[in-house]
Amino acid sequence: MRYNWNWSVLFADPYLGWLLSGLGWTVLVSAAAWIIGLALGSVIGVMRTLPSPIARAIGATYVEIFRNIPLLVQIFLFYFVLPELLPREMGRWLKRDLPHPEFTMAVISLGLYTACRVAEQVRAGINTAGRGQASAGLATGLTLAQVYRFILLPLAYRLTIPALTNEFLNVFKNSSLALTIGVLELTARARAVADYTYQSIEAFAAASLIYASISFLIAFLMRRVERRARLAGTLAAGTH
Amino acid sequence: MITLEHLSKWYGSTQVLDDCSTQIEKGEVVVICGPSGSGKSTLIKCVNGLEPFQKGTISVDGISVGDPATNLPKLRSRIGMVFQSFELYPHMSVVGNICLAQLHVLKRSEDAARARALELLDRVGLRSHADRFPSTLSGGQQQRVAIARALALDPIAMLFDEPTSALDPEMINEVLDVMTELAKDGMTMVVVTHEMGFARRVADRVLFMDAGAIVEDAKTAAFFDKPVSERAARFLSKILHH
Ligand SMILES: Nc1ncnc2c1ncn2[C@@H]1O[C@H](COP(=O)(O)OP(=O)(O)O)[C@@H](O)[C@H]1O
Ligand SMILES: [Mg+2]
Repeated sequence: MRYNWNWSVLFADPYLGWLLSGLGWTVLVSAAAWIIGLALGSVIGVMRTLPSPIARAIGATYVEIFRNIPLLVQIFLFYFVLPELLPREMGRWLKRDLPHPEFTMAVISLGLYTACRVAEQVRAGINTAGRGQASAGLATGLTLAQVYRFILLPLAYRLTIPALTNEFLNVFKNSSLALTIGVLELTARARAVADYTYQSIEAFAAASLIYASISFLIAFLMRRVERRARLAGTLAAGTH
Repeated sequence: MITLEHLSKWYGSTQVLDDCSTQIEKGEVVVICGPSGSGKSTLIKCVNGLEPFQKGTISVDGISVGDPATNLPKLRSRIGMVFQSFELYPHMSVVGNICLAQLHVLKRSEDAARARALELLDRVGLRSHADRFPSTLSGGQQQRVAIARALALDPIAMLFDEPTSALDPEMINEVLDVMTELAKDGMTMVVVTHEMGFARRVADRVLFMDAGAIVEDAKTAAFFDKPVSERAARFLSKILHH
């Protein structure tokens, strides 16, 4: 194999700019999808622990649907199929007038998918956090909503920091699928650099390194957060 | 103040409470004892509506617990409850535990809630532990915090569900002492316990439960002197000779 190595291309104009802008979109897609995933996932996870059988059924159905369809298919369903299924006016608006339609649809589908994964973690956290403290809260006159807000959810989040960190890293890495519907995120940009310069090894090495170092940084920071949450007297030592 | 009339409860098809009736006056201290599984916990959880029941009525201070129109959170905020395994909120400091319901149920100000919390911590002998976290306290200390947490809402009655059975023997007395003080101050108390020394010294009345029914309801002296039912007598002799 003859390959002309040229790492300096990564720092040359305009390729450095492409990679940085790609990173920017990757961060934007991941962060926006994570906000949707965390918020909606918490709601669905809570629903699966409520006394009401209807709420539980809705939560379970949501999780089963989104967990069992491949993410890439979900992204295609949102981007290509949804506009055709909606009433014509809305479909046209989605395709033509929605600003950044590929970005928006990537965020929505990644967010909804992430929500089903977060929901499972939140549900497990609430169930582990225990009925005991919930009873104690109710016995002091807190409403069920207040018990969730002040007791069960804070405990569940603390318990599941490692799992939620994992889910965030998954969103970050899964965001590369957004390139399939035309979001110019990091992977798409790396491919563009490779196509223009023929330095594909350097381009994808750079992308891999950026993904890996950011993931590593997040994992490192979250481990510190977890240690602090535990030091503040949470569940490591238990309550008994 | 607390009246139970023909209270029955089922879990599915198993009956766990069987036609329980009794009345607890203001300022009275009532101990409930009986074998494990006889329905003691279920009974007191029905009193503040933590457990629903299917038959009979409970009224607390004239308010019907089973009535769907009753504002249960409001009623519960007026009845303190202490659990066998403390159930402190592990992510909050001692003061945070005692302030939570004061802030969000009684809507007290931060300052007022904290002041009340410190006052109660003084009373249970834990003022210097105000800013510690529950997991750093001994079982006896945690249970005293749990009592302070319940008292912070200025309840009209207190329910205790085996408050000392999860404790190491050397910590039982520090909790019983706090409860004895409380009784002396005139608090209405319902205490599920097997601490017969405490019952003898503090209780006005003893209820003995077996298989979901109240089989004996007697003044303390009469209960220890000569229980009417044979089951209570057997239970007593077993527990006193331990
Ligand atoms: N959530 C539940 N579902 C079904 N049965 C229960 C439940 N909680 C308690 N029981 C049953 O109800 C009976 C009374 O329990 P409990 O009130 O805890 O007794 P005690 O406090 O006297 O030990 C027991 O037979 C127990 O198995
Ligand atoms: Mg019990």
